[in-house]
Amino acid sequence: MHGYSVFSILRNGLSGQKHWPLAWRAPSPKSNYDVVIVGGGGHGLATAFYLAENHGIRNIAVIEKGYIGGGNVGRNTTIIRSNYLLDGHTQFFEFSLKLWEDLSRTLNYNVMFSQRGQLVAAHSPDQVDAFSHRANVMRLNGIDAEVLDRDEVRRMVPYFDYSETARFPIYGAHWQSRAGTARHDAVAWGYARAADAHGVDIIQNCEVTGFIRQGERIVGVETTRGQIGAGRVGLAVAGHTSMLGRKAGLELPIESHILQAFVTEPIKPIVHQVVAYGAGHCYVSQSDKGGLVFGGGLDGYNSYAQRGNLGTVRDVAEAAVALMPCISRLRILRHWGGVQDMTPDAAPIICPTPIDGLYLNGGWCYGGFKATPASGWCFAHTLATGSPHPLIAGYGLDRFRTGRTIDEFGAGPFAWLQ
Amino acid sequence: MLQIKCPCCGPRDHDEFLYAGDASVSRPAHNDADFERWYRYVFVRENPAGAHREYWQHVMGCRQWLIVERNTVNHTILSVNFSREALA
Repeated sequence: MHGYSVFSILRNGLSGQKHWPLAWRAPSPKSNYDVVIVGGGGHGLATAFYLAENHGIRNIAVIEKGYIGGGNVGRNTTIIRSNYLLDGHTQFFEFSLKLWEDLSRTLNYNVMFSQRGQLVAAHSPDQVDAFSHRANVMRLNGIDAEVLDRDEVRRMVPYFDYSETARFPIYGAHWQSRAGTARHDAVAWGYARAADAHGVDIIQNCEVTGFIRQGERIVGVETTRGQIGAGRVGLAVAGHTSMLGRKAGLELPIESHILQAFVTEPIKPIVHQVVAYGAGHCYVSQSDKGGLVFGGGLDGYNSYAQRGNLGTVRDVAEAAVALMPCISRLRILRHWGGVQDMTPDAAPIICPTPIDGLYLNGGWCYGGFKATPASGWCFAHTLATGSPHPLIAGYGLDRFRTGRTIDEFGAGPFAWLQ
Repeated sequence: MLQIKCPCCGPRDHDEFLYAGDASVSRPAHNDADFERWYRYVFVRENPAGAHREYWQHVMGCRQWLIVERNTVNHTILSVNFSREALA
């Protein structure tokens, strides 16, 4: 791999940008790999990278139905944070944030991680108390967190609605200064390039249609480009985990739902942090091109369509304007949807499965992007050693049987209410 | 917007309705002590890409519980029935 550096930029700039090498190869699948990872999204590619980097396993294929970065890794609102309350989540997402802080250097690829901070508005004294609880848990785990009062919030984000008539007045906010955003498809490309440099085969436009078994054990996958043998198979196909799980014979506590995201026409810099509404579902950041990128809640019914409906557009726009009245005249340029694996407790599932040779990474709900590095790190450990990494010990499939769910939202086992 | 043809009120936007999930799971009897059956009822879902039988309640209209069969890939609604009739 040719490293990217200021010198390579100068050299290629002076030669008309015509000599950049391809960032990754387009190999034909071999007949056999030590590990086959199904799904070339952020998580699958990160898993391949860490398998090679941390565990020295290099005979790996990542098999992708479409193209790299075409799924949820390119459809999210790019927010990265670790402000989680419950044990299991708190430590896992903080580990992920630490990996993000060094990711551009690790991959020799600029993922444009910008630690601009995240502010979640509190709209009642009780919500300030709840945020204090959360901030205390975070600080006991060594994570930066602050609770701001109304005046501090007003100094930081003067464009919120501080009027007497605000339906949900601002009482304060939860603030994490190390949170931020990253360029989402650069994350897929960066991991793909770095994994490829370790010899990982990234096979695009190749759909897995079934599994090859030897007795009870899964020993490979059937694909649209033929059979591929595998020592171990890892699924990283969040959004469509149920469909592949069914082919493998797994019964899963997952429903697929749609989450939409939006971007407005570009405006001058105004939103310098990631800001979120505390009285409803809406979170906003501003892209480098100036568009406000925002998202909200699920559309609310099972769906595999990568598009949502207008009722949710209205709900999210209402929440955005309630928080920031100054954006009411902005036009939305684009909105799109991604298919989410929703689990009953809104926590992911990363674990060995009851089927020998098959490992599962899915159920990311609406929180998979920020988890990408840690998910890859821990899933690689699980695939390499056959047992879960300590950070994902609580994310097993058996937690629904044992009652040890990690229900950060406390919405009950109803995916569409989370 | 989905348009659901309520058998009582006629065609209405789906945001008049409350979604209540997969209608193909059936609740075990109250005195059923089998753990696996309860686990499957509460958690396990078929989650098909295609025809899906699901509960909707017309909370902003007749308040009837309906079973809607809907395609989860293209959102076509295949049938709408009162759940009391569909389950009878």
